[in-house]
Amino acid sequence: MTGAALPDTEALRSEIWRLAGAVVDPEIPVLSIADLGVLRDVRVSDGQVEVEITPTYSGCPAMNMIALEIELALDKAGIRPVKVHTVLSPAWTTDWMTEEGRQKLRAYGIAPPAKGRGRRALFGEEEVCCPQCGSTDTTEIAAFGSTSCKALWQCRACREPFDYFKCH
Amino acid sequence: MPAGSITVAETPLVRFLLRRADDALILGHRLSEWCGHAPMMEEDMALANMGLDLIGQARSLYTYAGEAEAQGHGEDDFAYLRDVRGYGNLLLVEQPNGDFACTMVRQLLYSAFIDPYWRALATSPDATLAAIAAKAEKESAYHVRHSAEWVIRLGDGTPESHRRAQDALDGLWAFTGEMFETDDSERHLIAAGVVPDPARFEAPWRAMVADIVAQATLRLPQGGWMQKGGRAGRHSEHLGHLLSDLQYMQRAFPGASW
Ligand SMILES: [Zn+2]
Repeated sequence: MTGAALPDTEALRSEIWRLAGAVVDPEIPVLSIADLGVLRDVRVSDGQVEVEITPTYSGCPAMNMIALEIELALDKAGIRPVKVHTVLSPAWTTDWMTEEGRQKLRAYGIAPPAKGRGRRALFGEEEVCCPQCGSTDTTEIAAFGSTSCKALWQCRACREPFDYFKCH
Repeated sequence: MPAGSITVAETPLVRFLLRRADDALILGHRLSEWCGHAPMMEEDMALANMGLDLIGQARSLYTYAGEAEAQGHGEDDFAYLRDVRGYGNLLLVEQPNGDFACTMVRQLLYSAFIDPYWRALATSPDATLAAIAAKAEKESAYHVRHSAEWVIRLGDGTPESHRRAQDALDGLWAFTGEMFETDDSERHLIAAGVVPDPARFEAPWRAMVADIVAQATLRLPQGGWMQKGGRAGRHSEHLGHLLSDLQYMQRAFPGASW
């Protein structure tokens, strides 16, 4: 990435965005960090590449893994050195998840987070649709699920239990 | 101070961040002690999840404290290389887990205070502080709901669960006054508009706790005497034992990493 071979900065930036954005959440491997809204910025100047990500939940153990995966993905494409920064502000919210990401979650069997920022949305008191049959006749079994981002729910219509991606 | 401990260059902001981080770390550690011992599978996961939230909050606060202090200290230095007197957490959060009722009552007393406190701090002009608080607030909202449900269920349960919940409430009550206390260091930040005054959360906290306690058919303790000292590093004997567990590896093998 030096001398005459230096590619057009904007093209390089969008290539880095594409490569880094394709890194998946190790706990929900159908979701990329672009789907999640975790990838915040890519900066290229004087051959220095900086990638900014934002944590989802305070205690999310996946963040270290995601930073490492970004460095690896870019290194494989010959883009180095790379600095991955974590930015806290503004705080991530599930509203940043893309529509495509929400569809991928549903197809994977996880109900996507309710939209909106109120406390009702936070506790899934808005409608939570069963990802299997689409029924809204659902109920919470446990507020704390297999990872910090999920709660355990059950559908009364088809009786299937399912994970609900908590609103945050 | 034991060999290997760090000296912190304290400013009002650094001190504030460390105290709040210490609250979260110590309570998170207490909850982690339940792992594998909770009364049922869902509760084991809930307690571990809440502990993870708290330890995550502590990590963000310690990291920011390190940046604000600018002495090269990171989250691990603050967690592992300060002794009891260097910790500024509330006495409430270091109290032993006791039985399940005691753990849930302690969680409710703390969460019912910290949840609206984080919500207010989320509007701080300090953008990093505001972002940490905005995240923590959503997590603490779950902690309030979960612990309140259990306190109601235990208090309004069998004579045995009622007795245990009441004992927990009576035993922990004297440690709640400290949550609303401030000292000159914190008043400096309050006056500058960087952090809210915890005193203004006392009345709504009391109303909320009284409501849950009433639903639980429990009795709100009337004693007015409150135990203090945690913020100034004067702790109960329990914190030293907790730290000897939490810090053992770094004290025995300084700099160990994996
Ligand atoms: Zn269904």
